[in-house]
Amino acid sequence: MKLRHALLGAAATLAFAPAAMAERGSDGQVNIIYWQAPSTMNPYLSGGTKDLEAASLVLEPLARYDQDGNMVPWLAETIPTVENGGVTEDLTSITWKLKPGLKWADGSPVTSADVKFSWEYCTAEGGGCAQSEKYNDVVDVETPDELTVIVRFGVAKPFPYGPFVGAQAPVIQAAQFAECLGAKAPECTDANFKPQGTGPFTVVDFRPNDVIQLEANPNYRDPEKPAFASVLFKGGGDATAAGRSVLETSEFDYAWNLQLAPDVLANMVSAGNGKIVSGFGTLVERILINMTDPSPELGDRRSTVDTPHPFLTDMAVRQALSMAIDRELLVEIGYGDAGRPTCNVLPAPEIYKSTANDGCLVQDIERAKALLDEAGWVPGPDGVRAKDGVRLSLLYQTSTNAVRQDFQALIKQWWEEIGVETELRNIDASVFFGGDPGSPDTFQKFYADVEMYANNFDGTDPESYMANWLCKEIPSPETQWQGNNINRYCSEAYDALVAEMAVTGALEERAELAKAMNDMLMQEYVILPLVDRGRVSAHSNTLGGVVLNTWDSELWNVADWYRIE
Amino acid sequence: MLTYTIRRLLIAIPTLLFISLIIFLVVTLAPSDPTANLPLSIPSEVRAQIRESLGLNEPLLVRYLLWLRQFFVYEPLHILDQAFGWSLATDDMQRILSWQTRSPVADLIVQRMPQTLWVVGTSYIIGVLIALPIGIVSAYRQYSWFDQVGTFVSMAGFSVPTFFTGVLLIVIFSVQLGWFPSIYDTTHEVTDLASFWVQVKQMIMPVAVLALYNAAQISRFMRASMLDNLNQDYVRTARAKGLSEQVVVLVHVLRNSMIPVVTVIALGVPTVFGGAIITEQVFKVNGIGQLLIIAIQGGDVPTVQTLTFIFAVLIVLFNLVADVLYGLLDPRIRYD
Repeated sequence: MKLRHALLGAAATLAFAPAAMAERGSDGQVNIIYWQAPSTMNPYLSGGTKDLEAASLVLEPLARYDQDGNMVPWLAETIPTVENGGVTEDLTSITWKLKPGLKWADGSPVTSADVKFSWEYCTAEGGGCAQSEKYNDVVDVETPDELTVIVRFGVAKPFPYGPFVGAQAPVIQAAQFAECLGAKAPECTDANFKPQGTGPFTVVDFRPNDVIQLEANPNYRDPEKPAFASVLFKGGGDATAAGRSVLETSEFDYAWNLQLAPDVLANMVSAGNGKIVSGFGTLVERILINMTDPSPELGDRRSTVDTPHPFLTDMAVRQALSMAIDRELLVEIGYGDAGRPTCNVLPAPEIYKSTANDGCLVQDIERAKALLDEAGWVPGPDGVRAKDGVRLSLLYQTSTNAVRQDFQALIKQWWEEIGVETELRNIDASVFFGGDPGSPDTFQKFYADVEMYANNFDGTDPESYMANWLCKEIPSPETQWQGNNINRYCSEAYDALVAEMAVTGALEERAELAKAMNDMLMQEYVILPLVDRGRVSAHSNTLGGVVLNTWDSELWNVADWYRIE
Repeated sequence: MLTYTIRRLLIAIPTLLFISLIIFLVVTLAPSDPTANLPLSIPSEVRAQIRESLGLNEPLLVRYLLWLRQFFVYEPLHILDQAFGWSLATDDMQRILSWQTRSPVADLIVQRMPQTLWVVGTSYIIGVLIALPIGIVSAYRQYSWFDQVGTFVSMAGFSVPTFFTGVLLIVIFSVQLGWFPSIYDTTHEVTDLASFWVQVKQMIMPVAVLALYNAAQISRFMRASMLDNLNQDYVRTARAKGLSEQVVVLVHVLRNSMIPVVTVIALGVPTVFGGAIITEQVFKVNGIGQLLIIAIQGGDVPTVQTLTFIFAVLIVLFNLVADVLYGLLDPRIRYD
């Protein structure tokens, strides 16, 4: 993201706003379907994507990301930067200016006190705020006047755009949530279901996990928008049914996140009622290699740093595993247009994308075999390679999901071709991704040799994402298996790069550092990236103004949507 | 009969308490996590805070006793308050809150009940209305073509899963023909004839799917029960007395055959309140069944526990109703 061009970007967005201008509410109702039903309209109480996106119809942040990952001012007038004086030279405070004249849907003015309150709400003790990471290191929020908000950080923040930016950290009304701080947060059901907002719509009826009815916000800042008078936001069912309701039966105008087999989707589109929109963000399906030994004989020291892995610590083995995979084929089978092969764990935004590892795109079974031969792993009588009594035999686990099981089957075949025995296992997602320290099946415990899942990061700045692979992030029994360094990779050089990024402000230098970290992980083959997974949604031919955004809520520009006759 | 009913109700109390404990243990000890569905970009420390705010760090016994108190004391008080505008419940009487929506589970159930009763209830009634005549005729004309067709249809209805018939109907009637909506609109209100017709249209497919399934089961019971009675001596006596076939079958045989069928129907009523998990998902009816399955998937312990316990109460109650009905219908049966 180019901060210095943020202003230009904002100007451009305004200039290219859709020409079809109608007056507010003239286009009737728009029907949106999310096959995962929203549970609440308060994004601070739920981190779920479905909830964030539903809430983004009503609640707005100071700034958000556009479809290219550029930051655009939303409730703020401009994006503060060091150049325009909005961020102090020592990178410890940022000053936001609200647009003048903003009103909540109930007509009361939006002030800096509301912004400050949003921070207090999310960081209140006992509230269990799902977005508290966005407010990390914030020591104070000052409000010198009604429109000015100064956020002070305890440390230098080269990327000070965590608080109040993006769908995850919107501004909520102080008056409405004043009595809902901390442990009292869940008791304010009315406020959580019908928050006062500044967005283009306001909630009329919220039925949790079912349906939301919204109508145009009478006090929305642009008097001509939104074009739609009301929104019916239905939840539930499955992706196939959601796609069908837009593309085949035209009951709905917009369907979110259609993770369907490429041929199923193509078949639906052929009915001619709507089209597919897709975009790519940072979500990468990857295989993590366990650098520690998961053997059950090790008791409670299994999968901890005390017990290095018997053969995956050999880089030749890891490299061979990567070479044996045909990423193009995986994309073709599992994702179609919604995926593309990748060799980076940090695939975007463009300035962070490394080109140093693209060799992985070509499958090379013969070289993989040669590599293993050179490293002394020779095939035994059963075809499985071994060295000094250690057999290349893997347990490969992932969550239960049709595409993932297809991937497992294919990869198992390729790995067995190069002489690596592979046993497959899949675990229900609610257990696999659950943080229960008592369960042996969580992805953090990693009681397997390799495991596969997808991960990404919010917004466009990869600093905290790349910090996942710090030595101190390794999960262990001492940390109740919490920690983000799932593959137990530990390198002093890597830690040094992370530390350097935390104090580097210039964007180009940050990009270089992030790329260097990505390349380090890739060239040591501790993570095998497979597919850069895009977002696929569908809208009907009569719905205009849709701009798919993978960096923020998909409904980020719903104020600009209109009906095509 | 009254003392019997009272005795049964009293026995039900320890039974239900035991059931609630079992449900609590099964639901709580199952390896699932309410934060498992959150995006991985939310760090583990934040997840730990969320779990703490949900009260997951409390000991098991404390959580169980709290839930019991909430269910049997706090919730009834709150519901009375809502119904009559009283203020019996004080602020510290925390209601049972769903972990997913952070709203009272009782409100969710009240919200979901109408569509479940409309769709599942109607399908049960229609199922029964279809099943009884089919069962009677099938038995009276045993091994006739009607009986063979009836047997085939009920076997098909019984063995073809609803997720297949449901999707099949959607593909035919929504996608191909465009007659009915594929997605149920829970916000639709019936105010006049036109809106009633809309309601009928959106109910036809889910009701048809469920009615087929219900009718298949009950018609088999009806047929079997009729067959048992048709060969009894009293039937021969009735015929020997010169009664018409109509009177013999529809008065003598049917009334006696209905006794077990009525109890079967009564025992099936709790499933109406339980909703239909699969059919509700297929047609997006979003009733009780969908509430339950979403809560299970999301590791929402309070919702799962409260719902399953309510089902348990209904099952125990309707068992009693079935027994009492049996006694009322059959003078030979006496409980006292």
